[in-house]
Amino acid sequence: MLTKFKTIIGLLLVIPAIATANVSEYQLDNGLKLIVKEDHRAPVVVSQVWYKVGSSYEHNGITGISHVLEHMMFKGTENLGPNEFSQIIAANGGRENAFTGRDYTAYFQTLEKDRLEVSFRLEAERMRKLVINEAELLKEREVVAEERRMRTEDNPHALVREAFNATAFVNSPYHHPVIGWMSDINNYEATDLRQWYQKWYAPNNATVVIVGDVEPEAVYSLAKQYFGPLKPETTARVKPQIEVEQRGKRTVEVKAPAELPYMMMGWKVPVVKTAEKEQDWEPYALEMLAGILDGGSSARFSRDLVRGEEIAASVGAGYSLFSRLADMFLVVGTPAKGKSIADLQQAVMAQINQLQTELVSDQELKRIKAQVVANAVYERDSVFYQAMQIGMLETIGLEWQLTDQYVENVQAVTAEQVQAVANKYFKDKGLTVAELTPMPLDGKRPASAAGGRHGH
Amino acid sequence: MGIRFLSLLLGLIVSVSIQANPEIEHWQTEKGARVYFVPAPELAMIDITVAFDAGAARDGKQSGLALLTNAMLNEGAGGLNTDQIAIAFEDVGAQFGNSSQRDMAILSLRTLTDKAAFEPALTMFSKVLTQPDFPLDSYQRIQKQVLIGLQAEKQSPAAISSRAFYGNLYGNHAYASMPSGNEQSVSELTLESLKAFYQQYYVAKNAVIVLVGAVDTVEAKRIAEQLSSGLSVGTAVKPLDQVTPLLHQKIIKIDHPSSQTHIVMGQTGMSRGDADYFALYVGNHILGGSGLVSQLSNEVREKRGLSYSVYSYFRPMRELGPYQFGLQTRNDQAEEALNVMKETLNLFSEKGPTGAELLAAKQNITGGFALRVDSNSKIAAYLAMIGFYGLPLDYLETFKSKVNAVTVEQIKDVYSRRVQADKMITVMVGGKAE
Repeated sequence: MLTKFKTIIGLLLVIPAIATANVSEYQLDNGLKLIVKEDHRAPVVVSQVWYKVGSSYEHNGITGISHVLEHMMFKGTENLGPNEFSQIIAANGGRENAFTGRDYTAYFQTLEKDRLEVSFRLEAERMRKLVINEAELLKEREVVAEERRMRTEDNPHALVREAFNATAFVNSPYHHPVIGWMSDINNYEATDLRQWYQKWYAPNNATVVIVGDVEPEAVYSLAKQYFGPLKPETTARVKPQIEVEQRGKRTVEVKAPAELPYMMMGWKVPVVKTAEKEQDWEPYALEMLAGILDGGSSARFSRDLVRGEEIAASVGAGYSLFSRLADMFLVVGTPAKGKSIADLQQAVMAQINQLQTELVSDQELKRIKAQVVANAVYERDSVFYQAMQIGMLETIGLEWQLTDQYVENVQAVTAEQVQAVANKYFKDKGLTVAELTPMPLDGKRPASAAGGRHGH
Repeated sequence: MGIRFLSLLLGLIVSVSIQANPEIEHWQTEKGARVYFVPAPELAMIDITVAFDAGAARDGKQSGLALLTNAMLNEGAGGLNTDQIAIAFEDVGAQFGNSSQRDMAILSLRTLTDKAAFEPALTMFSKVLTQPDFPLDSYQRIQKQVLIGLQAEKQSPAAISSRAFYGNLYGNHAYASMPSGNEQSVSELTLESLKAFYQQYYVAKNAVIVLVGAVDTVEAKRIAEQLSSGLSVGTAVKPLDQVTPLLHQKIIKIDHPSSQTHIVMGQTGMSRGDADYFALYVGNHILGGSGLVSQLSNEVREKRGLSYSVYSYFRPMRELGPYQFGLQTRNDQAEEALNVMKETLNLFSEKGPTGAELLAAKQNITGGFALRVDSNSKIAAYLAMIGFYGLPLDYLETFKSKVNAVTVEQIKDVYSRRVQADKMITVMVGGKAE
């Protein structure tokens, strides 16, 4: 039996502050990856199964199918009736759910530590033995349609986000909402689901992440027992679908019943996965830039736009440096009373311009770094969050070690690098702007209408 | 020590899983603030919560007063302005938080316990807590932001239904209004009334201090003294009026241009420390409190696909908090979904749970007890609840046995005495069927 095995004592010598993290990594013969992180603070364990599939693997006509499949994973297998999975977990004192994102679909249970076997037994069962029942699917389509109405159709900000992504991304699958377009939701067929399941749900396309009061070798034995017998699948090569170059500013307006205006601005930027080797510091400089603008109440947006000039009722900067495909740096906000969206955009651009022309101060850099170092400690208060980080990184094709290297990489960022990425990426050429024009709430609802993550 | 060891052994006989109940230390500061402390040495951090009986229930006629007072505390203190306060916390990676609900007003601090971070963070936290300046320019901005928040509520069917539900459920009681107040009340507030509110309610006798983190008892005592020494001793607040249960059912329909109708239904529920707490809690767990495996989820979602989310929960408060049911569904099936929800409740009130359902609920609640206290932040939240509502210190230790003691008969009894399905408030916010 050829199993790969390596234990890594989390960077003990490099940064003693976060060195207690003890992570073990295994791979079964069938390709399933198992990562175990010991955390003995409480007698609990979180078990997560991550599949490399999500809305960014989908094409037109079946958008949202990864998410509806996630729902169907609770609806019965060869040996489990509909909802029986949840009943067994509940009877074992567990909490469970699942979530679908652009780049992943993940299932989780949190249990007292001696119940991990229940999780493995059930997850192994539904990894290869799901049954898609037509009647159950028809009901679940309705449930997902209700979920979409709740999250998107009746939520003006979500409508803007959907229009924004569909405008900014032309051929990148980030064009589609995670939950799918309503017309696609209403037309999934059982065969679509069966094919999608067959294609992506296999041990060689999954990562099992365990964090908690466990002994890694015992977890490994348990994993071999339950996941070991599962047959691997030949998974399709994922097409790169590299977004075409944007050649000018794009704008989109959304009219919807609302009280307040709202706007989103986004610039195309690289992420850790897509950054060029020689420029692998750039995502961390962008992360720092996001912190300078919006890393707390002392950051520039709060200080200058919410307080100071009082142009924004709220304004935020967002950048996620961990995704499978190239993404955007976002600024979203609502103007203060008496101010317009144009005022807010002008103020945001003035902030960007300042980052392009003036170096950020040492004090600001230090402050963001102090927050990053502290957050790395705070995050360890949650076993769930620790598992999330590991699973997400592995599933988008990076290594879990980045959770520790992240702190070092942000600490290495200089003021010059922040200025460099501000100049390189914050150009009109790669900018997309979406605006919400509020329509009267007593008027007629417009007929049509998601991003983010969607739980089961 | 001997007793804990014995209970541990008994625990091992009943179940293999080991309980890790946090050992709570409790004392009062010199000024009279009640302190609750659990040492958590594993991570070099500490969570500090200071809770005052200074929530919206103390607003009187000035709805929004408690929330704005709470929001103003970090806007200027000890001569420092908002920027300087924010910088002091964030320079050392500390996280300051403030929030205000109906019962509690809270200030919180999460910081590293490393001296270089901890001392400046604690000093600033004490300042914000004990020396707020209430600057006028900040007040005017916060007031505008609360007004914008109230405007934003009008585009959310969930927010509209919640406001209507509380208003109709509580009538003239202090719980009727929302902590954020309303446009008129917030516009009419004055800075002087905020200062007076702070003077009256942010006092040691009205404070609970919670500490969970990597410090020892000596250090915890020093921290608690430092925090409370700058507060006035003050007096404990007067009890709130009792809540009157509903006498008649009432249906409120509100037009909104949404594709779904949001339904919120309910009545007065229970208080913290309620004699019927465990029977009601376990009963509702079966009916609508256990997520995907509850009766309501089974009837509304699993069997009929009518809603993504359907729930019922008690929110125990100082006085009777709400017992609330809810779902969201396409406008044209709102009546159908409401009927399924009501029928499920009626059947449960009438017949109670089966023995198997009760057993499953107990297994779920007790079998996952360790998950409730598996992090510093969760333990801190429990301590705040125990301290604020004066629950016994062994609340967590006895929780499982009290859940296990609940019988089918007790659940039927409390549902017949305490739950009146025919006298509930029902709020429906949504559009016309298309």
